[in-house]
Amino acid sequence: MNYTFQFGTVMNYFPDLLSGAVLTIRLSALTMVFGLIIGMACAVAKAYGPRPLRWLATSYIELIRNTPFLIQLYFVFFALPHLGMRLSPNNSALLAMVINLGAYSAEIVRAGVESIPHGQIEAGRALGLKPLQIVRFLILFPALKAVYPALTSQFILVLLGSSIVSAIAADELTAVANTLNSQTFRSFEIYTIVTLMYVVIVFGFRAIFTSIYAYAFARRG
Amino acid sequence: MLRTFTLHEVWILVLAARWTIALSLAAFVGGGTVGFILAIARISPFRLLRYIASGYIQFVQAIPALMLLLLFYYGLNLFGIRIDAWTAAVLAFTLSTSAFLAEIWRGCLQAVPAGQWDAARSLGLNFPKALILVIIPQAVRMALPPTVGYMVQVVKGTSLAALIGFTELARAGAQINTITFEPVLVFGTVAGIYFVICWPLSLLSGYLERQLKVGHVNVQAM
Repeated sequence: MNYTFQFGTVMNYFPDLLSGAVLTIRLSALTMVFGLIIGMACAVAKAYGPRPLRWLATSYIELIRNTPFLIQLYFVFFALPHLGMRLSPNNSALLAMVINLGAYSAEIVRAGVESIPHGQIEAGRALGLKPLQIVRFLILFPALKAVYPALTSQFILVLLGSSIVSAIAADELTAVANTLNSQTFRSFEIYTIVTLMYVVIVFGFRAIFTSIYAYAFARRG
Repeated sequence: MLRTFTLHEVWILVLAARWTIALSLAAFVGGGTVGFILAIARISPFRLLRYIASGYIQFVQAIPALMLLLLFYYGLNLFGIRIDAWTAAVLAFTLSTSAFLAEIWRGCLQAVPAGQWDAARSLGLNFPKALILVIIPQAVRMALPPTVGYMVQVVKGTSLAALIGFTELARAGAQINTITFEPVLVFGTVAGIYFVICWPLSLLSGYLERQLKVGHVNVQAM
């Protein structure tokens, strides 16, 4: 094999890659926040809501969980403008990611909500807690604690899945890599460096999730 | 001139779904084989083997599947290996599937009560024999629901092969969209076909899980 690796060429573009990585992190972080909110709302709706709401939540969850993210992304990016809703690539990416995570986190949170014994809610009522207090302290908090590991592995999958939005030219890390690839033809160097950048980001997020658990859940019952 | 989206186009999509299924099966067989070896390595008595397997799993699970695809498709050319989209996709999906299946199966192998190992050992079985005759048969029962559930992820994951130019269902949909410009209909149909493949698997996984729970209750009742 007579090939000279030219990591130097790629390193000249490192600022571009870095700004791509920043967008990857921002997209993923926003998705985690909004996706979890939607997920919690759907989980509570599915467990305690009236029948039409339960049915609606179930169809949303099943539809999203049984179709690929790429198709959902294509639908948001190509079909929504057709239906009169035009979004930039980055916003399309965010919307698709949030819709996707909403369904997955709903199923995860629901498992946690269902693990809460009914007596706990009755005890809350007997103590005179308001319905919102019951939902917050007796349902969501212990439910989130119970499913925290499952939830954070899903969050990591969001981060990995964000590379797919390069398909609609949102300018995150993978898209930057693809652009550089067509400019420099240093495929192996570029994709190796970008792969390592993903690994670093993922390990960073894993460390953050561990410390959040220690801070938010480990000390309190 | 734009083509209209008719039953003929729907049929093209259905035919393209065959490649989605073929790719899923290849990824599942390849990933399952490697994943099985990794899962065994993770619980083996040899520390080095455990470290290597767990390092591999941690590392591969931190790489986007799309990156693996791009690395195999564009990167391997460098070593003088001319690689087509199908081979690159099978290799990349084998890698990522193996890491996830290995973790699922390790969990199931470790969920077999430790007393079973002790019992097997005291009957004079060595590690491989205890594993094959005692532990695996019990772990398979537990492994079935999550494995079927993960197959849904494999099927959906194969859509990424579209991005390196392999024409399966997702790419066929994108192509038909560019000649008909009916994104709502086209991607609605594509999503529908994926749903028809994936939903029965999801239902089966849920059914098996409930069966298993019923089984557990019976065991405890005895």
